[in-house]
Amino acid sequence: MERHLPPDLHDLRPRGRRPGRAAAPYALLAPGGLWLILLFIVPMVAMASLALQEGSALEGYHLTWRFANFADVTSKNWEFLLRSLRNGAIVTVVALVLAYPIAYWIAFYGGRFKSVFLFALLLPFFVSFVIRTVSWSFILSDDGIVFGTLKSIGLLPEDYRVLGTTFAVLAGITYNLLPFTILPLYVSLERIDRSLVEAAKDLYASRAAAFRKIVIPLSLPGVFAAILLTSIPATGDYINASVLGGPGTAMIGNIINVEFLRARDYPEAAALAFILMAVMLIGAIVYARVLGTEEITT
Amino acid sequence: MNAVATETGVTAARAPARGPRRRWTRFLLPAYTFAFILYLSFPIFVIILFSFNDTDTGFGTAPRVKTTWSGFTTIWYQRLFDIPDLTTALEHSLLIAFASSLVAAALGALIGLALARYRYRGKGATNLVIFLGISSPEIVLGAALASFFVSLGLPRGLGTLFVSHVMFSIPFAAVVVRARAAGLDRSLEDAAMDLGAGPIVTFLKVTLPLIFPGILAAWLLAFALSMDDFVISQFVQGPSTMFPTWVFGATKVGIPPHVFVFATLIFLGGLVLAVVQILVSRRRPT
Repeated sequence: MERHLPPDLHDLRPRGRRPGRAAAPYALLAPGGLWLILLFIVPMVAMASLALQEGSALEGYHLTWRFANFADVTSKNWEFLLRSLRNGAIVTVVALVLAYPIAYWIAFYGGRFKSVFLFALLLPFFVSFVIRTVSWSFILSDDGIVFGTLKSIGLLPEDYRVLGTTFAVLAGITYNLLPFTILPLYVSLERIDRSLVEAAKDLYASRAAAFRKIVIPLSLPGVFAAILLTSIPATGDYINASVLGGPGTAMIGNIINVEFLRARDYPEAAALAFILMAVMLIGAIVYARVLGTEEITT
Repeated sequence: MNAVATETGVTAARAPARGPRRRWTRFLLPAYTFAFILYLSFPIFVIILFSFNDTDTGFGTAPRVKTTWSGFTTIWYQRLFDIPDLTTALEHSLLIAFASSLVAAALGALIGLALARYRYRGKGATNLVIFLGISSPEIVLGAALASFFVSLGLPRGLGTLFVSHVMFSIPFAAVVVRARAAGLDRSLEDAAMDLGAGPIVTFLKVTLPLIFPGILAAWLLAFALSMDDFVISQFVQGPSTMFPTWVFGATKVGIPPHVFVFATLIFLGGLVLAVVQILVSRRRPT
């Protein structure tokens, strides 16, 4: 193909001037790329292989290409898979609804304090994920600073509880993931050219119409990125379910965790993790196709 | 007559109503944002406050945080290192965070540069791997790494923690540095080369200083990701407990107040680092 190009096109990037130019990107990529291949790609393959093995924790596992493992673990853990997907969906929608007005206000009316507001929003997230969750379990506990006080002044019945319920789990996941919702929304809202909104108003659009027809459509890339960045960790989460949840709130992550680290049923855990990955990947790839990976990762 | 009266009545009623209504909505969003900032910081306030709570020291039994306020004390700050396991866990976390963030920032920066400055065969694959690395559920990464180490028969510990933390930080570091390098003026490097600088001198004297804020941001991000990581650490740590996994284990039996003290100190440390980062990036505007 290249031979048919006019000769001047070949010279657009002079090859000879800087020797090794063509090799340069590969030299830059090599160390990090090797690291990712060895510790990201190969482990994924190892996990896929483990998912197809048979045996027991005592006698060890052997690769028998048992694809039925996937069907077995799916039917066995159907309840947890569905609950995880449901929780992921609820958290994503709630976080989006909560975060959008904030991102909008800071982007459009934050003025020169924009970065101060963003900083204040992100400040709590300097403290570790686990500790934030522990703090919520501390706050929400039955005799804690909120409910204990409300109970002692008789505003709540003695047996009222939040800790251990699905509500606590959902609230915890939402809280922990809000930065991943707010930031992409803010970035896309901040990029919107204000004169477009002014133009809409000059053309007699009401404030609501300008918002609906200009701001929302132009912020959609941010909405998509926020959905992706919130829904994936929300679906795979298990810390909130184990710290804030109770009986009947376990998610698929809890099962993978217990099967792998406690029961040492590696094939079951690997097959479940593989299924979770596949479900999330299908969603992510559809998104990436629509938007292009460059858009999402920046 | 009657119709006209109502008509004017309506417009008259509407005109003054419009002002306050608008002011009300204008007040609503900032109020909501401020309330939200308070809500987000609430757990942190509670941690800081209760790190000063005078709980029963309970001779023989280890102290646990209590949900009721029983007086101000700084005793937990004085007895910070009283729990050897917790101290070791924190040392592990700091060691791994420091080592892995340095390596991840360096390797990620090189990838970021390659992505921002060159067109090459396999760029799409690089972008895809980075995208997958960032968007894979952590539990999947943890399970995959643990599967890999189990299959190899590799004992899990600080070594596996280090390589795993570098791995999950590289994609983030690459994205941060790529964003910085993409905005650079290429003619500066060309100028250096035209003035006789070799590729290495040009890189060290021109490219590196220009992308340095990006590398610093990538390093801080990798440090924060590593310090914060729980899921992947739990899968690959083996017997070497990290700070978050130690705290998680303690939730089953009750949290010692020392955890709240460490959390307060880590929070302040993060605050200082973030302010430094903002000041550095201000000094070299893009």
